[in-house]
Amino acid sequence: MRRLVQALLIAAVCLFAAYAARAAELSAPERVSAGTGATLHTRGSGEATLWIIGPASVEKKQVRLGEDVNLQPQSLRIAGRYLAIVRQGAATDSAWFEVLPAAPANVNFLARPSRVPVDRRDVISGVAFVLDAYRNLVLEATPVRFSLSVPDAPAVTRIESSKLGIAWVRLDSTRKQGAAQFIASAGDAEVRRVVQETASDPCNLRMRATSAGNHIVVETDPVRDCSGNPVPDGTIVTFTQVDAKGRSTVDARVKKGIARAVLPSSDNATISVASGVVLGNEIHLGGGQ
Amino acid sequence: MKRILPVLMILLVVVLVAAATVGSGRLIRATSPQGAVEQLFAHVRARDYKGAYSYVAAASNVDLPAFTRDLAGKDGSLRTYSALAEISTRVLNESPNEANVRANLEWATAVGPFYDTRDLKVVKEGSDWRVLWPLEKAPNLPPQVIPVNYLRWDIVRHGGEDDWGAQNVEAPRVRIISMNAIEKDGATVILGEIVNEDTVPGFVSVNATLLGQNGSTLGEESSFDKISHVLLPKEVSPFRIDFPGIRLAAVKNVRMQPSSLLVPASADPVMGVLHQRLEQVRGHNVLAGELMNESGETVNIPHVLATFYDDGGRVIWVSDAYLDRALLPQVPLPFAVPLRDDVAPKVHSYRVTVNQYSMDRPL
Repeated sequence: MRRLVQALLIAAVCLFAAYAARAAELSAPERVSAGTGATLHTRGSGEATLWIIGPASVEKKQVRLGEDVNLQPQSLRIAGRYLAIVRQGAATDSAWFEVLPAAPANVNFLARPSRVPVDRRDVISGVAFVLDAYRNLVLEATPVRFSLSVPDAPAVTRIESSKLGIAWVRLDSTRKQGAAQFIASAGDAEVRRVVQETASDPCNLRMRATSAGNHIVVETDPVRDCSGNPVPDGTIVTFTQVDAKGRSTVDARVKKGIARAVLPSSDNATISVASGVVLGNEIHLGGGQ
Repeated sequence: MKRILPVLMILLVVVLVAAATVGSGRLIRATSPQGAVEQLFAHVRARDYKGAYSYVAAASNVDLPAFTRDLAGKDGSLRTYSALAEISTRVLNESPNEANVRANLEWATAVGPFYDTRDLKVVKEGSDWRVLWPLEKAPNLPPQVIPVNYLRWDIVRHGGEDDWGAQNVEAPRVRIISMNAIEKDGATVILGEIVNEDTVPGFVSVNATLLGQNGSTLGEESSFDKISHVLLPKEVSPFRIDFPGIRLAAVKNVRMQPSSLLVPASADPVMGVLHQRLEQVRGHNVLAGELMNESGETVNIPHVLATFYDDGGRVIWVSDAYLDRALLPQVPLPFAVPLRDDVAPKVHSYRVTVNQYSMDRPL
């Protein structure tokens, strides 16, 4: 009889232990996509407290054990590892699950520089960060399309696969100046930057001189770079005249593509032209030359 | 006793004020040529132009307003921001009725001391000496409209609402195209030229750090006003950085730091530098010439920078001079930039650039 009571007691303790162990059981999906919601399964009975601890938030709610717990999409927007803990009295159970970035929906795009001379190799860089709709970096390899185009010139397009959410490219500047549209796109997301492609140093700088009463008027041909782009207005062109009275210089500004200056008259003078470090032609006036 | 002290104090104040008033306006007879010049400039120093004018000979054919403008300046020129600080005179030659007196003047100005030398003719009028004031007749430009349609650069910068990664407009690219380190009067001097390679204007400055043995820093200076700070596209400016008290032999390395900022600027005014020539004035070498403002706006304070090169095209000196007269449109203005006598024999060529400070335009 005594042994029977002992056996019954042991059986009762084991049943209680098994019941207590089942009092708060929790299971979660291994992975979910950001912003899609998730369902946690609980076992047991009675009221319990559930905590959801994420990379950027902690949420607490009362749940009934034995029923499924639906996590709302807005609770799971930030990608990363989440810990769900259910607690009923002294009984606790927990489960890890991972929220993965959703499909690419945004691109952050760094384009440098904002201004660049034409016809230079590897001078334009673009770095694209591929993000989902909730600004999570999409770590899976994603094709990113880079496109650089200036008006009236064919676009240069390059497709690069992102690595850990980042794709980058280096491009040559085109031979034609203008406001280049530099576009990075991934999925439906597209970001546009403007890179101003400007004329390079003047090339074949040439001028002519004409006598106008008490002055000599010097004027350049249209000032262009070696690719044929007109240099921007305001560019300094220096005219230098050397004669018996000394040296005269005028730092003229290019206006409508042409630089023009008035120099003192002279019977025998040498006039030269330069812009920055580029020299142009030289003219000898008078003196039988 | 209580009343006597205040009364005495009031009397003392009245006497001192009267003495000061009488003293400042008092005209002393000029009994010598040197005395006439000294008295004239003493009154100029006290800004008593009417008193100074009383020492001007009637034969000068100059009225008081013109005389005052000549000495006090006009058109917002550097002279209007200056005060006569020092005067020294020397009689060059003298006869019973005529003399020539050299006046060396030092003006305290907003940009440092400004030295002026005037050779004045002094004549005897009755028993007193008077100065024949040499008023320069500046040509008057007839009233006219000068169309100015040079472009101006304005800047729209990155806005707070722009998305992350949107690029800002970048500073212009500048490059040092030549550099030379020399020693003058026990000081290391770094000279060179910098060019704005970009298509936008920039505010440029150059800093230099002298490094000695073991990379230790001997000194750090900037080009300050020995540079054209605002450079338009493709514009070249000289720069000079002085390190007083540091011998060149102690310098093992020089670290140059050109920097630029994108600034709003105007392509106007255009200034010609005409008839530049090296010459000697009173035994000293100068680079002289005339400035010509080809635009319609007055340049209040012209600043001339001269770069001197040797026969190898290397920059061997950079010198500058502020002009104390405003540069009026279309009216030539002479200038003279000093050149060190020890550098002059090595000068093979030179280049002059002009900075401009105009009241109506910040840059």
